[in-house]
Amino acid sequence: MTDIQETDIVSRRVNWHSKSQKDRLESRYRKEKIFKALAVSSLSIAIVALLVVLVSILTTGISGFKETRIELDIYLDRDIVGEVPNLDAAGLKDHYATININSLLIKSLQKKFPEVSSRRDVFSLLKLFSVGAQSDIRDTLIADPDLVGKTHTISLLSSSIVDMFIKGKILRDVEENNRKISDQQIAWLDQFELEGKISQNFNWTFFTNGDSREPELAGVRSATVGSLLTLFVTFIISFPIGVGTAIYLEEFAPKNRYTDLIEININNLAAVPSIIFGLLGLAIFIGFVGLPRSAPLVGGLTLALMTLPTIIITARAAIKAVPPSIKEAAIGLGASHMQMVFHHVLPLSMPGILTGSIIGMAQALGETAPLLMIGMVAFIVDTPGGIMEASTALPVQVYLWADSPERGFLEKTSAAIMVLLLFLIVMNGLAIWMRQKFEKKW
Amino acid sequence: MTVTKHSQICPITVTNRDYIFHMNRKQETKENKEIASLKLKLINLIGENYMYKKTTITLMGIGMIGMSLISTAEARDQIRIVGSSTVFPFSTAVAEEFGRSTSFKTPVVESTGSGGGLKLFCAGVGESHPDITNASRAIKGSEVELCAKNGVSDIIEIKVGYDGIVLANSKKAQQMDFKLRDIWLALAKDVVLDGKIVPNPYSTWNEVNPELPNKKIEVLGPPPTSGTRDAFAELALEGGCKKFPEINAIKAENKDQYTALCHTIREDGAYIEAGENDNLIVGKLQANPNAIGVFGYSFLEENNDVIQGSVVEGSLPTFENIAEKTYKVSRSLFFYVKKAHINTVVPGIEEYLGEFLSDKAMGDFGYLAEKGLIPLPGGELREIQNTATNLIAMQ
Repeated sequence: MTDIQETDIVSRRVNWHSKSQKDRLESRYRKEKIFKALAVSSLSIAIVALLVVLVSILTTGISGFKETRIELDIYLDRDIVGEVPNLDAAGLKDHYATININSLLIKSLQKKFPEVSSRRDVFSLLKLFSVGAQSDIRDTLIADPDLVGKTHTISLLSSSIVDMFIKGKILRDVEENNRKISDQQIAWLDQFELEGKISQNFNWTFFTNGDSREPELAGVRSATVGSLLTLFVTFIISFPIGVGTAIYLEEFAPKNRYTDLIEININNLAAVPSIIFGLLGLAIFIGFVGLPRSAPLVGGLTLALMTLPTIIITARAAIKAVPPSIKEAAIGLGASHMQMVFHHVLPLSMPGILTGSIIGMAQALGETAPLLMIGMVAFIVDTPGGIMEASTALPVQVYLWADSPERGFLEKTSAAIMVLLLFLIVMNGLAIWMRQKFEKKW
Repeated sequence: MTVTKHSQICPITVTNRDYIFHMNRKQETKENKEIASLKLKLINLIGENYMYKKTTITLMGIGMIGMSLISTAEARDQIRIVGSSTVFPFSTAVAEEFGRSTSFKTPVVESTGSGGGLKLFCAGVGESHPDITNASRAIKGSEVELCAKNGVSDIIEIKVGYDGIVLANSKKAQQMDFKLRDIWLALAKDVVLDGKIVPNPYSTWNEVNPELPNKKIEVLGPPPTSGTRDAFAELALEGGCKKFPEINAIKAENKDQYTALCHTIREDGAYIEAGENDNLIVGKLQANPNAIGVFGYSFLEENNDVIQGSVVEGSLPTFENIAEKTYKVSRSLFFYVKKAHINTVVPGIEEYLGEFLSDKAMGDFGYLAEKGLIPLPGGELREIQNTATNLIAMQ
């Protein structure tokens, strides 16, 4: 037997230096080169696309983190403000809400520009300032009640149009009828500029305010809190159920036709479009259970349904990755099956499970489609105080601003995208950090 | 020698033993620290192993959170508004100002589209149903019936103003001067040619009308799901379509065929569905001076440094022309109020109506006009204000 085989090989010995062999070798090398080139080019296309997206978001969005303020000497007229009652800050806030702050602003503006007298001109002069300028004055009064009756320089928030003009998004050389800022208003702004009264500061309003129809007052606070509440509910629901399911399927369930069916269905669920989960949430949580629309509770439950398959699949993979030697050692030392799972398998697979869950959460954070169905795509100014109050979410805020006609929302949209991206980066970074810190290598 | 060899071969076993030992210790300390008191109580209740107790505690915790959540559900103190995305910018502006200047909470405004909004609105009376719905068209008979079936009987109709649908192009290009018949001929799927109905043969504007420039027909507009598209089809396309005697002959015979002919937009690439986002269309118009965009007047108003409205039937889409109805492609905007909710389900509806119809909002220099709403003329406004203050329901 062996003899025959050896002779066979000898008789089929190949001349590696023949031309046909060289050609074959060359063609194999060529194919490899082509494959490598394709791989590199697809990778570079992906990198270029990513860069283009990031750069375009950064260039339009970065100015959204700046706001324009105009300093103005405001005479805090005692006749208008009245005597200051002896109240705490909250009481003072209610007190000043009834006072015509606008007339303080108008009087101070007329003092600065005595030539402005007609109602129309005063109106357009007032348009340089945001509606929020009134709360700037109010806050100054609350912070220091002794200022009443004196003249004080207050830095007032400018309107979005002025902001756009100062940032160069509205050009001076456009014909007057075609821009939203008039020549007269530009002249006033030039005067302020000459006196060094115009400044650009970091836009804290963007982080402390809820949504607004005025771009300069719009902020991401209510959306961020809404997103956090929603994610909290999602995590509370989907993590225990997902991990429990994974443990049962991986460690306890018998392998039969039914568990196979369940497994296939879980894998399929992970690929179901998210809007379907929204419809499900609408039908079950709002229609059947009767929970309120737009509530983070409903959003969280709906997103939990969506994240469950991801968590189950990653948790199962993490549990499977625990070496059998450890399980056997635990059993060998007298642990029960349950003790083995909860004392050894689960702690060892926890880093993997958490990584998967965080990725699932990040996916839920970026989701708008299911929220559309359950009424979280809404204009909400007040920051939600609980999971039953109406609220919106960060990606929804991006969607709403992108659809607004006001020019100032363009940069706010990109700025909100940057905040959303930051959250995603932090969450993914946390997942990587946890994996590296707690992962055990065998 | 053997020792080294052993440790080289079996480092895993050693580590594992260490690890298991370590884990047990860690869990004990954790147990002592965190749940010692709870454990004492539970040991008497459940004489089972530690993990069961831990699971029980977790389950109890979740249960408690769940209970506390349900108990926080309380009566509504926020007005809930749903409906048209066209009215959304105006409705939200009023809601914000209302929240700022009164002691009521800022209403929640959802953008669901006119049809979706009316469906939610008509679903019933009570806390879980919206109080107000915005619409970029009048309520239909079938919707009134649906409302009545669900117990929503008294509906107050408030007309808030007009919205022009503009055809606009880049300022870099020549301003267009359309007749309604040009718009239909350029965009319909089938057109009338020499008395016969044929698939749309036109590819440039000057083929449609020799007075128009020799440029490819390229129109960016909203998709069929949009209310703007419905209104555009009804006002501009049908407006042009019915100028042909052949079409009117069909109308007399077969109304469905007439509607199909007048409203169906061609699908061969001349009309490009640009999504619901009108800002996107504005951006594309700047990049492509040959293209014409179709969108609401407020977007033209915000961007008239870069784009220009086209003349339609001799009239430019300006504030005055739309208000005076000389600009033909314009529609009325409404909102509907559930009378049964006023002062019973949620406070502040009357005050919201007052804010919406006040001079501060609807006047010539009001903040809604600034946002691009074309307010009602004086007489009509007084009438609507009267409806609102006396809460007169629709008949």
